[in-house]
Amino acid sequence: MKIFVCVKQVPDTETKIKLKPDASGIDTTGIKWVMNPYDEYAVEEANKTREAGKATSVVVLSVGPKARVVETLRTALAMGADEAIAIDAADDIDSAMTAKALAAAIRAEGEFGMIMTGKLAIDDNLSSVSQMLAEALQIPHATVISKLEYGENFVVEREIEGGTKEIIELCKPALIAANKGLNMPRYPSLPGIMKAKKKVIKELTLEGLGVTASDARTKHLAFQLPPEKPAVKMIDGDAATQSKTLATLLRQDAKVI
Amino acid sequence: MSKVIIFAEMADGKIKKGAFELLTAARAASLTTQVIVLGSGSKSAATVLSGWSVSETFVGDGGVFDQYNPEIFAETVSGLIKDSGADVVLASSSLLARDLFPRVAARLSTAAVSDCTTLNLSGGLKVRRPMYSGKCTAEVSFLSNGPKIVLMRANQLPVGDAAGTSANVIKDVPPPSKANLKTLIKDVLKGATGKLDLTEANIIVSGGRGLKEAANFKLIEDLAASCGATVGASRAIVDAGWVSHSMQVGQTGKTVAPALYIAVGISGAIQHLAGMSGSRVIVAINKDANAPIFQKATYGLVGDLFEIVPTLIQEFKALQN
Repeated sequence: MKIFVCVKQVPDTETKIKLKPDASGIDTTGIKWVMNPYDEYAVEEANKTREAGKATSVVVLSVGPKARVVETLRTALAMGADEAIAIDAADDIDSAMTAKALAAAIRAEGEFGMIMTGKLAIDDNLSSVSQMLAEALQIPHATVISKLEYGENFVVEREIEGGTKEIIELCKPALIAANKGLNMPRYPSLPGIMKAKKKVIKELTLEGLGVTASDARTKHLAFQLPPEKPAVKMIDGDAATQSKTLATLLRQDAKVI
Repeated sequence: MSKVIIFAEMADGKIKKGAFELLTAARAASLTTQVIVLGSGSKSAATVLSGWSVSETFVGDGGVFDQYNPEIFAETVSGLIKDSGADVVLASSSLLARDLFPRVAARLSTAAVSDCTTLNLSGGLKVRRPMYSGKCTAEVSFLSNGPKIVLMRANQLPVGDAAGTSANVIKDVPPPSKANLKTLIKDVLKGATGKLDLTEANIIVSGGRGLKEAANFKLIEDLAASCGATVGASRAIVDAGWVSHSMQVGQTGKTVAPALYIAVGISGAIQHLAGMSGSRVIVAINKDANAPIFQKATYGLVGDLFEIVPTLIQEFKALQN
């Protein structure tokens, strides 16, 4: 069984976000790029599965500007993935184009048993590519997964609102989108990093995968920074005075209690 | 734009509050409104919709509709949307909707956009949503000719009152064929009941490492109980194993936007701020006056939380009486 893992390169959370002068997107100069945190759980789970002898190889894919997504792919290789594929694309293509490109690339690679992804990417926070990819490949999906068992089928645990857990069985092949808690992603080892450097990363183009601009379904535009927050109102005094003042302000000024 | 179809979610036999936020918006824009309600008790719950200018409601009550299954729901919901000819589909940006609608969108060759925070339905659809952990927002332009699917974050829109009586023709939805299902829901383990989820809560009280040890988390629970809040936590104490991950607010946890967010003993790491800075009023209680949380706070209390919280509980209890 071959496993495909889809990873996205996103700005590090600590990075300051600046907008382009025409507000058409963010200014990417100086941004530190990292693997989307949820995708780390996906890579780890795929590697663990192969190490347990339940998969033959782990192939990691990423869609984005090839010059920089190869860095994230090398991180995945250093974590233990066997092969990597970079699909060169602008950094702001939409979910529909991304899903179509991933589906075409995976189909071209042949048979597979599982696709792992992260439950969402922390940049656009859409959580849509995974399900669209599953639909394109006509396979079942489950998202927000914090536990995965392998038998004849996959049995996964999905945590929803209120701490409720759904136990879901999926026929193979299936797409599984990871949540925090699924595992503890390992740090790339030094030998892993050395080995990853020598690996050839396969490069594909949107054109070669039959994806065009007409496949886009949405565009984000008119970006704005959030309005400046008014300065914090500090409440002084001893604990009893602070609490009394706060309760009054919340009731009378803010009207939230 | 003239016709909207709203996907209303059920909980405990009732239509959830989020649906009424969407119904209020659709009614204000005078749109022809249809509703889809799937789940146990949806048929009787749907009768209230006549007070919300709804022309037609599609109900799937019982059987396969009582528990969310992506395959069954995607098949049913995409069919209903297609047949309705609606230009816009609205739903709350719940975990169910976020799981379901991208698949529905792919099937209908359109897009589903989750976690929107502003919605304008009058004179053409306009939506905005936060990007990059709330560090900016962007407008969404839909490029497809198909229905535009918008998932709204909870607590972003006002809820009106029921008024008048509309036709609200209630139609039963036939369950799709169960042949060759590849997804099977084996079990559902109920979590804590009776409390609103963090993502839907109007008031949240969250605790962090300032509590010093797991046993002190009870203070947070008591404070929450005194003001009807849902309890949250910082990543630090989730990773330390004090509380479950379902309570984590922030990146790799939940994004919340309540009317009131009270952060107790939380310094305000950027990953935490990413998940709660959209809250309307933020109260920070921390012993360190330089903690980053104060930069996002509306009201700041520097002091010993073990002294402040008990007195605050008394004040909140006094207000409730």
